[in-house]
Amino acid sequence: MSVLAPENRQPENRRSAIRGGTPEPPSELSMWFSDGWTVTKRNLTKLKRSPDMLIFAVLQPIMFVLLFSQIYGGSIQVEGADYTQYLMAGIFAQTVIFGSTFSGSAMAQDLKDGIIDRFRTLPMSSSAVLIGRTNSDLVLNALSVVIMMGTGFVVGWRVNASMGSFLAGLGLLLLFSYAFSWVMALLGMSVKSPEVINNASFMILFPLTFISNAFVQSQNLPSALETFANWNPVSALVQAARELFGNTGTLPAPDAWPMQNAVLTVLIGAALMLVVFVPLCIRKFRLISSR
Amino acid sequence: MAIIEAEGLKKTYSSKSGPVHALDGMNLSVPQGTVKALLGPNGAGKTTVVKILTTLVQPTAGSAHIDGIDVLRDPKAARRIIGVSGQYAAVDEGLTGFENLEMVGRLYHLGARESKRRAQELIDQFELTEAGNRPVKGFSGGMRRRIDLAGALVIRPKILFLDEPTTGLDPRSRLSMWGIIKELVKDGTTLLLTTQYLEEADQLSDDIAVIDGGRTIAAGTADELKAQIGGHRVVVSLVDAADAPPAREILGRHGDGEPSVGGDGRTVEVAVTNGPRALQYILSDLGEAGIDLHDAGMRRPSLDDVFLKLTGHRTEDASEEATQKETAA
Ligand SMILES: Nc1ncnc2c1ncn2[C@@H]1O[C@H](COP(=O)(O)OP(=O)(O)OP(=O)(O)O)[C@@H](O)[C@H]1O
Ligand SMILES: [Mg+2]
Repeated sequence: MSVLAPENRQPENRRSAIRGGTPEPPSELSMWFSDGWTVTKRNLTKLKRSPDMLIFAVLQPIMFVLLFSQIYGGSIQVEGADYTQYLMAGIFAQTVIFGSTFSGSAMAQDLKDGIIDRFRTLPMSSSAVLIGRTNSDLVLNALSVVIMMGTGFVVGWRVNASMGSFLAGLGLLLLFSYAFSWVMALLGMSVKSPEVINNASFMILFPLTFISNAFVQSQNLPSALETFANWNPVSALVQAARELFGNTGTLPAPDAWPMQNAVLTVLIGAALMLVVFVPLCIRKFRLISSR
Repeated sequence: MAIIEAEGLKKTYSSKSGPVHALDGMNLSVPQGTVKALLGPNGAGKTTVVKILTTLVQPTAGSAHIDGIDVLRDPKAARRIIGVSGQYAAVDEGLTGFENLEMVGRLYHLGARESKRRAQELIDQFELTEAGNRPVKGFSGGMRRRIDLAGALVIRPKILFLDEPTTGLDPRSRLSMWGIIKELVKDGTTLLLTTQYLEEADQLSDDIAVIDGGRTIAAGTADELKAQIGGHRVVVSLVDAADAPPAREILGRHGDGEPSVGGDGRTVEVAVTNGPRALQYILSDLGEAGIDLHDAGMRRPSLDDVFLKLTGHRTEDASEEATQKETAA
């Protein structure tokens, strides 16, 4: 068996002798794009092959929609707005935030499988694995939100705003989730165990999504929790989406700065997460080794 | 200058029970176009050396150059000329064999068409055609290994690193892997490989470094090492343990050096120069002395023999085994 084909069997036009190393290196920028794309494509191929991740990402929110709008809905009062209209922005926020935790468990899984060691011996851009990860999870989140919007539509949720405003709301949800993916990716690389990530993120995200305005008005929470809820970044995301989708009815925004300036708060929050966690992630990735 | 040149490599890991000196002043020099085997027991530091040379781990002290590139300062340049297959297969379980190799090609920046062509070529050459279009998840250990090795060959690297390429393979797959590796180095690829088997190092390499406790304890060609430790060994297994002293005397007469008696008290062993001849003499002398045997034969020296000779102690695995046998007896 010949492992290295004799030189004369190579086609005439093959690239300048790949023997003894790669051809001239591409520029940093084109490498950044092409490597990021290669890894994104790899993740999407895997998502397509086993779509259980997508099903898992929407199953829980679908159950929440049914539970809150169809079963508890009658007993939760929101003055000035219909509860289903009020609820859906909370569901969307919850969906994308839980979706972003996949960035953490997937990084941990890649480390466990050892494929990261392969990547780290290749002459690729050192941020490509992270870019590919967060990109493909953005796609996962976009698909999940679209599915959840369809679910909302079925139970009577409607957008009461212009197309532009609707798209801005969608964009804001995805921007926040994208930035949060980087936070989770760092956690995944630090913990190195997909199971631990799943459990830990559950324990952090449950209070963040439940002690918020996602399912009930913050003013109905006990007063200490009300303050927490008003300053909780998840609440700002929910409030912003609610406003941009025109689902607030005649309900005024709670009297706290982040609630009064929800869109701005989300933009600042997302920018902060990116500025802090992108460099931390890249640095961590350079130093990490799985075994 | 040799194509792989490492000096004074130290690597200290911190663990709960204090610092672990994985490497303790390791030197390594591999001339271009040759095959070097690092031979050592579990925990000797083989993987740590490979990880440092392949840019995965930074040493605590020391320097490492490959093809004139400072691996520690310019890992990216180093990565452009190496191919690596680590101790544990680094393949993506969710992708097919073909997709794995194609992705590696893309990340070496071979371009879309060339990456596909090369991936297919490797799939054909490694006889993975059937498995090439199934996710790696369903592959056997041997197939996974081959995909991983193929991943190391996507660019036809100038320097190839293989960390225990046959550990965990059945004898047939091991032979086929040896065939592949021999074929690979025919055209002058420099190879650094690690192994726990003297026979494997002998089969595949030009030059062996025996390592233990993070440093080189002996180096040379397989023949030179064998000359140091003796060629074959004659082993006899006695029916009656009481015959051990006379048997030991007879083996000592025809062997090089002191015969050893195994933990069970019935196995006597000695290093010999001419295996078959010594075995004949030993058997006939034992027969004359009326000593009954269960079994008798020759064997090649193992890593454990090398160790016993070079360090005066056994490899940890072997001494564990011996202790277990003793306590069981
Ligand atoms: N990440 C780590 N953290 C702590 N100790 C480590 C780490 N990696 C290796 N070691 C220790 O360093 C020593 C050398 O390990 P190394 O993996 O290089 O040995 P090896 O020769 O490859 O062994 P094996 O044959 O088992 O693969 C061992 O004692 C090991 O326990
Ligand atoms: Mg090892």
